[in-house]
Formats: sequence, C-alpha cells, structure tokens
Amino acid sequence: MNSRQMMVALWTIVRSEIRRFMRIWPQTLLPPSITMTMYFIIFGNLIGARIGQMDGVDYMDYIVPGLIMMSVITNSYSNVASSFFGSKFQRSVEEMIISPMPNWLVLSGFVIGGAARGLAVGIIVTAVSLFFTDLDIRHPLLTTLVVIMTAVLFSIGGFINALLGKKFDDISIVPIFVLTPLTYLGGVFYSIHTLPEFWQNVSLVNPILYMVNTFRYGILGVSDINVGAAVGAIAIFIVIFFSAAIWLLRRGKGLRS
Amino acid sequence: MHAALSIRGLTKVYDNSFHALKGIDLEVPQGDFFALLGPNGAGKSTTLGVVSSLVRKTAGEVSIYGIDVDREFARARYYLGVVPQEFNFNQFEKVEDIILTQAGYYGIPRRQAEDRAHQLLEDLGLWEKRHDAARMLSGGMKRRLMIARALIHRPRLLILDEPTAGVDIELRRSMWEYMKRINEQEGTTIILTTHYLEEAESLCRNIAIINHGEIVHNTSMRELLGQLNRETFVLDLASPVAQCPVIEGFDVERLDDSQLTLSIDKGQRINDAFARLSEQNIEVVSMRNRANRLEELFVRMVEGSKTEAGQQGGIR
Repeated sequence: MNSRQMMVALWTIVRSEIRRFMRIWPQTLLPPSITMTMYFIIFGNLIGARIGQMDGVDYMDYIVPGLIMMSVITNSYSNVASSFFGSKFQRSVEEMIISPMPNWLVLSGFVIGGAARGLAVGIIVTAVSLFFTDLDIRHPLLTTLVVIMTAVLFSIGGFINALLGKKFDDISIVPIFVLTPLTYLGGVFYSIHTLPEFWQNVSLVNPILYMVNTFRYGILGVSDINVGAAVGAIAIFIVIFFSAAIWLLRRGKGLRS
Repeated sequence: MHAALSIRGLTKVYDNSFHALKGIDLEVPQGDFFALLGPNGAGKSTTLGVVSSLVRKTAGEVSIYGIDVDREFARARYYLGVVPQEFNFNQFEKVEDIILTQAGYYGIPRRQAEDRAHQLLEDLGLWEKRHDAARMLSGGMKRRLMIARALIHRPRLLILDEPTAGVDIELRRSMWEYMKRINEQEGTTIILTTHYLEEAESLCRNIAIINHGEIVHNTSMRELLGQLNRETFVLDLASPVAQCPVIEGFDVERLDDSQLTLSIDKGQRINDAFARLSEQNIEVVSMRNRANRLEELFVRMVEGSKTEAGQQGGIR
C-alpha cells in the first residue's frame, strides 16, 4: 500500500469507529455526563463544602481534573475493548485481516477511534464541570498533551484486552477489577500527602496517579509528583503497550488459528 | 504464466496436534473455475484459511499470481477476494456502508468506490436494500452482500466457500449465472467449495478432492466424469408394466408399475436399450440420472481414501 492508500484505510477505520460511538450516544456519551454530574453534586458541592481545601485549592476545583481524567481513561479503554471484541465476535475483523492493511495501521485506527471517544467524553465532562466551578487552565499545552497521551495509552490497553479476550466477560474484568480501583486510588479525590507514608509509597506504583496529577498540574498548577518524569513515563508506557499489541497482532493472537 | 494459486507442501498441525493438512500441493490456473471438494473436516476450509491468512500454516508455500503471501503479503492480498462460509459482517451496519468500508481497507477512496459499489449492488439485486441494516436482509441477500463486498476491489482470484449454502434453487441458479459471468467476462479465477455437487459439475472446469488433509484427486471435470464406468437412469414409462422386462446385456430393474432403472456400462449405447424396450411395446416418456454423476464419483473416492487410511492405521 502506498501512503495515500494507507491514509484512506486509516480514515476508514477511524470514521467507522467514530460513527459507531456517535450512533449509540445514549450508551457512550450520555452516561458519563450524568455520572460525573452526580460526582460534582455529591462530592464537590455537598461533601466538598465540609472538606474545604485540598493542596491549597477548593475541593471542587481539586476533583474536577481527576474526574475528567477518570472519564477519559474508562471511555478510551472500553470503546476499543468493546468495538474490537465485537468485530472479533461478529467475525467482521476477518475482513481487516485479509486486507492489505499492515498491523500498525489497524491498531492505530482503533486507537484513534478510542481516543476520540475518550476526548469527546472529556470535553462533555469539562463542560458539565463549568456549571459547578470556573476552570482557569494554567498550562493548556501540557493539559492537552497529557489528556491525549492518556487516551492513547488506555485505547491501546483496551485493544490488547480485546485481542486476548475470549468472551464478553473478559473485556469487563479489567475495567471493573483493575482500572476502577486504580483510578479511585490514583488521587482523583485526595492528595497522597494526606496518606500515611507507607500508603504514599504504595500509591507511587500506581501509574494512574501520574496521569491524574500531571493533568491536575496542567489545570491547577498543583501536583503530588514530578510532572516531567510523569510525562516521560506515560510516553514509555505507550511505546511498550503499542509494541506489545503489534507483537500480539503479528502472532495472530486471538485472531488466527 | 504464473498460476492464479500455487500451493506447495502445505502442512497445518493445530495446537491439539491434529494434522489438518499433510503437505498438499495444488495449482489453479489463471481464469479457471475450480472446485475444491471434500467431506466435512477434510481440510478445505483450512486450506482456504491459509490462503486468506486467517489460518497460520505450519509449513509450505502459498503464492497468488506468483506473489508469495508471506514475503509480499500486502501485494498478494490485492489479488484476493474471499466469500467465507459464515456471515462475517457487522450486522448493524448499512449494506452500502459494509461494501464501502471494505473498499477503504484496500485504500480505495470513498467517492471512487461508490460507482463500483452501486454497480455491484445492482448486479446482485441489492440496490433497493442499500440503506437497510445488514441484519434485516434474508439469508440469500446476506450471501450476495458478501459476494459484492469481496468483489469491490476487483480481485483476480475469488474464493467462494459454500456461497449458496441455504439458498433457494431459483436464487442459487441466478448466483451461478453471475459467477459464470465474472469468470468468463472479467477473467476472474474462481475457487469454489460446495456440498452441492451439481453446482460444481455445472460450473467448474477443474476439480480437486481433498480428504483427511490430502488431495486424493486433482484433474479436469471432464476427465473425472469420464471415469464413470456405469451410469444408472430412471425411465418413466407411458403405460404400466406388470413385470420387469429383460434386455440382454443391460441391467434393468422395476421400481414400480411405471418406472424402471436402466444401468449402462461404458461403451454400451442407450439407443440399443430403447430399441429393445420398444420391441416389447414399452414406451419411455422421460428419463433422468438416478444420482448426480459427480456425487457417485465423489462418494466412491472419499470412501476409497477412507479405506486406505484405515489400512494404514492397521499397519501402524
């Protein structure tokens, strides 16, 4: 395939992925906005009023970046996991396998589609948060970079999950038992400085902590961790995950007998 | 001139140690209409799976129009179109979108693909359904949708894996006509697997029979049918007969009052049999083959290879 044909093929996958989540918007875009509104009302307004400040900022302001990031992570992941597993289940993935598209192109198409949903939900949640607080983004470029990198990383994660999954249960296990606990313990609702030293150290092995804090730093200018190192770590994770997904595709894992 | 499909020493051993293919060799000439037949589990789908890269081979070489599918996978895949046995499209997508998405996978811009898609939709009787979700189509329409999708990038080799399974007779015949047309007019090489042996006999010029992962026969349809030493016909009589007539040199059996079976060996003339019947005032109004000719041969060959496999098993 020449570069022009590859662009057409890539856009074909991205387009159908975006059309898919837009077509079923009551299942993909609406639920996160309702859930996050609940979080803003209950944790931000009602409980947050009693907590006061966290790391020198109002509690409502403190949780907004974490909640946006939480939405981006779960939606990027679940979009690719369900879409790619669905195409495996319906066997429509076979048409991609027998086509001339290289593996990296198929992976990139699904990842861009997943990141697009993650970012779309992120924008919706950000818009909802404006009803509860004024967002004054301190470092717009860093904020944008981190949210895109996170969406890409978790889209690749969702792709790997879908490749390895054999039944629908397999693609819900990781979000429920891994992603959600790590996100809740990743400093969405609190600063790790409020924890005893032992748990602070335990928290430092949670990769989501770095993403949430870097994003929070981009918006509020406060962070529990070294922002430069965190961006580097996310980039390294993207390279590792992407390479792993390509390796699995090359071996035909879950696709070819 | 390269063969449309060339397979050398193709072996497939599955993870559970099952030897699905035992080093098969197969060559399909360009422009051919080729039948690959065999009982269930013989290795047909595995062979086609390796060609289309859905199955990883254990050993051997496969090339399409001289292009090695491993070394130049992208180029080889432009030559190949596949209509699988099972429906494998997104049931929630619209008919036209399924075809255009497929074109996109081959790098064909949407506007350019639309003309070809419209032509295929019209040719295959799906034009009125182009805006419907695929799940709303009947079984026959779904099969035609898969043919249209496989042809969108104008492949030179088309693999049809039981394309008419579960399709009614009228539709099956119209699909035969279409396949014949693309084979004859566009020069598309077609490899067909089917359980309707009448289909293979009427469409295909060459044939391979695969059983237990081995090619047990690979020849032209004419040559294969020429191996039939005996054919049996059912004769419908104008008036009932009380007992079975005797015709010297021919095997005749009485099925009922107004039907006989007549077996004719190679070299015998059917006219002679009719003349003898006429002498006995028995008038034949119509006749037909008792069984499909290819079916008779197929059963014989598959049974033969079963016996051989059984003998080999005994030696071990």
